[in-house]
Amino acid sequence: MHHKTIAALSRDLSTKKISSVELTQHYLERIRRLNPQLNAFITVTEEHALDSAKAADTARAQGKAGPLTGMPVAQKDIFCTDGIKTSCGSRMLDNFIAPYDATVVKKFKAAGTILLGKTNMDEFAMGSSNENSYYGPVNNPWQLEHIPGGSSGGSAAAVAAGLVPAATGTDTGGSIRQPAAMCGITGIKPTYGRVSRYGMVAFASSLDQGGPMAKTAEDNALLLNIMAGFDEQDSTSIDHPVPDYTAHLNDSIKGKRIGLPKEYFAAGLESDVAKAIDAAIKEYEKAGAIMVDISLPTTHLAIPAYYVLAPAECSSNLARYDGVRYGYRCKDPIDLEDLYKRSRSEGFGAEVKRRIMIGTYALSSGYYDAYYLKAQKIRRLICQDFTHAFKTVDAILSPTAPSTAFKLGEKTSDPIGMYLSDIYTIAVNLAGLPAMSLPAGFSRGLPIGLQLIGKLFDESTLLNLAHCYQQATDWHTHIPEAFVS
Amino acid sequence: MSDINKEWEAVIGLEIHAQLATKSKIFSGASTQFGAEPNTQACAIDLGMPGVLPVLNQEAVQMAVKFGLGADAAIAQKSVFARKNYFYPDLPKGYQISQYEWPIVGQGHMDILLEDGSSKRIGITRAHLEEDAGKSLHDDFSGLSGIDLNRAGTPLLEIVSEPEMTSAKEAVAYLKTIHTLVRYLDICDGNMQEGSFRCDANVSVRRKGDPKLGTRAELKNINSFRFVERAINYEIERQIGILENGGSIKQETRLYDSNKNETRAMRSKEEANDYRYFPDPDLLPLVLTDAFIAAIKQTLPELPQQKRQRFIDQYGLSPYDASILVSSKEMALYYENAVKESGDQAKLVANWVISELLGSLNKAGLEIEGSPIASAQLGKLISRIADDTISGKIAKTIFEALWQQEGNVDEIIQKRGLKQVTDTGTIDTLIDQIMEANPQHVADYRRGKDKLFGFFVGQAMKASGGTLNPAQLNLLLKKKLAGD
Repeated sequence: MHHKTIAALSRDLSTKKISSVELTQHYLERIRRLNPQLNAFITVTEEHALDSAKAADTARAQGKAGPLTGMPVAQKDIFCTDGIKTSCGSRMLDNFIAPYDATVVKKFKAAGTILLGKTNMDEFAMGSSNENSYYGPVNNPWQLEHIPGGSSGGSAAAVAAGLVPAATGTDTGGSIRQPAAMCGITGIKPTYGRVSRYGMVAFASSLDQGGPMAKTAEDNALLLNIMAGFDEQDSTSIDHPVPDYTAHLNDSIKGKRIGLPKEYFAAGLESDVAKAIDAAIKEYEKAGAIMVDISLPTTHLAIPAYYVLAPAECSSNLARYDGVRYGYRCKDPIDLEDLYKRSRSEGFGAEVKRRIMIGTYALSSGYYDAYYLKAQKIRRLICQDFTHAFKTVDAILSPTAPSTAFKLGEKTSDPIGMYLSDIYTIAVNLAGLPAMSLPAGFSRGLPIGLQLIGKLFDESTLLNLAHCYQQATDWHTHIPEAFVS
Repeated sequence: MSDINKEWEAVIGLEIHAQLATKSKIFSGASTQFGAEPNTQACAIDLGMPGVLPVLNQEAVQMAVKFGLGADAAIAQKSVFARKNYFYPDLPKGYQISQYEWPIVGQGHMDILLEDGSSKRIGITRAHLEEDAGKSLHDDFSGLSGIDLNRAGTPLLEIVSEPEMTSAKEAVAYLKTIHTLVRYLDICDGNMQEGSFRCDANVSVRRKGDPKLGTRAELKNINSFRFVERAINYEIERQIGILENGGSIKQETRLYDSNKNETRAMRSKEEANDYRYFPDPDLLPLVLTDAFIAAIKQTLPELPQQKRQRFIDQYGLSPYDASILVSSKEMALYYENAVKESGDQAKLVANWVISELLGSLNKAGLEIEGSPIASAQLGKLISRIADDTISGKIAKTIFEALWQQEGNVDEIIQKRGLKQVTDTGTIDTLIDQIMEANPQHVADYRRGKDKLFGFFVGQAMKASGGTLNPAQLNLLLKKKLAGD
């Protein structure tokens, strides 16, 4: 049962094969038993979950159920939840209980889903390995000594291990797609502005975007139906009609043109990953898609531009954590400066501090033009690259990450090496495009992710392409051995 | 101040912060009402909670555009909100949302009236929207500081002038002109005590004729027109003093202490924050359509300068009188109502409003809105002077009675028997009686002691309770005393 998709569980719930309370209890039991091996959850909301499950069953009995009423889900601990701790993986917010729900959380509640808990993550979503969490690293369910990817590592591991059928993630430079790839699940980063950021703790506001993480493209479509939409509380959310994302899952992809950017298949790509992607390309060709060689010439500039812009925004976004109103405050400050310095030094972890410093520097008087402004110009060039490419193709295909999950601790002292694991995902955020990752094979027992990048607001095409692939392959049905039962 | 006119010249620019009179805050739905219990008007957004986002208040935008139109300024079709980053406990997000490179209002100007009656045009560099910070409270907490975030997020329009004023008096005139404008436009209540209209002054001095600007000091914390004048004058003196003794001025921010009437160094340029401005990624650029601006233009009232010119043309007032009468919308309305009621005695009404009414209001600490004498009554009173029912002198008595709420003008005239006597027979009889009672004075007068004429006038007025028509009395008295 715990390795079923939400599409299947939804049918079981609606045919009353199982109640929401039973389903919730089943997953809670798994979390109790298996989470200690993974550390995927920061908070488990058992009581709250059972109460909501009862309410969901009642609603269903009264005929007031939607497709996901009674469905257990988890929220990345970056989404504020009214009355439940929202730590964002940081000591700074270890004591923080928001008095409001994020818009995404509200939407999940309105859909009748059951919140099982809040998942572990890199502190303030800064990281690619989930090793930057105040609550300790998350282990990859496929091989526990490996990282699950980050920053949404807890969500990815929990879904892969069957501790929850679906979870949310956020993606600033690959934080949904890269952990989805490394844990062998499916996740989508929607178009910037598609999902409200209200109540989602900000890392880099112009890049952050929330999205679903689940086993299949179909599940992603069901979840995106809930999450997407304009929110007047988020000025950057876009008032653009929300389609039914399940509507085109089964469309034929015959004649679809898929771009293969040569820069994404260059040096640094592990050979097993390259092989798996080649095999996926063949699957697509079999289904009638047309492969087109394209070039995204500014690809090599994406990481440098990102590591100016994201830290710049982060340095400002994280200024509010000052020990004054909420969150961590140092013991016995002697004066205001001491309060600031120690609260922030003690409350933030190393990677967060590194980015705050980089960002502060990049915005400083005398450096602004050389760094921030230049990075913004590069951002525009990167957008133009994609715009140009999408004149001839419907979607772009690439590996999600250059390698499978590396070992815990392997890159912790090598920030640049760590940053390079996002080399194929970052440009997408700079351009605001939708993109997803889906399982496409294994290398030495670790999952490989395939990335699909789409046009603005064209999530439907991505989901269609991904679903088509998942109808032809079974990579997404593999289960890590230790978590089969 | 001794040497300023001869050798030195001051250069002054003002930065005015006008709190916009919106119902809710600039980026949240919390109320902007002044005076609530601390921290009761601060929502999650004002508190800078994790994950919250700003949403721009359209009313604030409309008000900024109104100001721009009122100052004859360029309205930017695209403006950008930027973050001004610094740490302070009353700044919840660690940055203030403001506008930096692309303000909503561009170059404009204000014509100010100088004391000699001439006018001077002061350039406005820009005006931009921003949010206010909260307040730090340092008293009452024995060694600790309190923070009240009610004000955090209140919309401000920062209006920056060119450094084109050369004296404290000009600066005050400019400040008052802007103050009048924002109140006409109903975009700011102008209350300086409550801080809804505040001003910082950039002051420097240079030797006359020197094309180069001197190093400036920025004066903060000036919360009344009087203090603006004093603070600037103090600062000019201070800077001249330093320069004349061979010293140099440090670029710094100085705090004005109204108790000691002095400015004190607060922080120097070296200690100044690097605000690390950058466009706020939570807010899209603000784009205004021509139609939006045109619609706001439709709602503009007659502006103070237009009204002043109309008063000069229509009522034949001096520029000085006109400028006093248009100094607030309420004052102008009062004046025009009174003129109507007076039977178009525009000049007389102006005199009465400016000298009598404003004098009394000032003494009583009242604004024109709180005047105990309604505009219609003052107009009526003046109409009674004009139609010779009463003399100007009696009118003052009636004015007092009106002030004391003793009834309306005609009732008071009636009740107190103040109607002017114009009947020649009555006046003749009264003069006869006075002359009979004062034979010695009559004799002295007739021997050439002309000064005694006043004595007879006084006696007559006293006996009549001041109700005699003065011109008529003079004429008849002269005749009688001459022995005709």
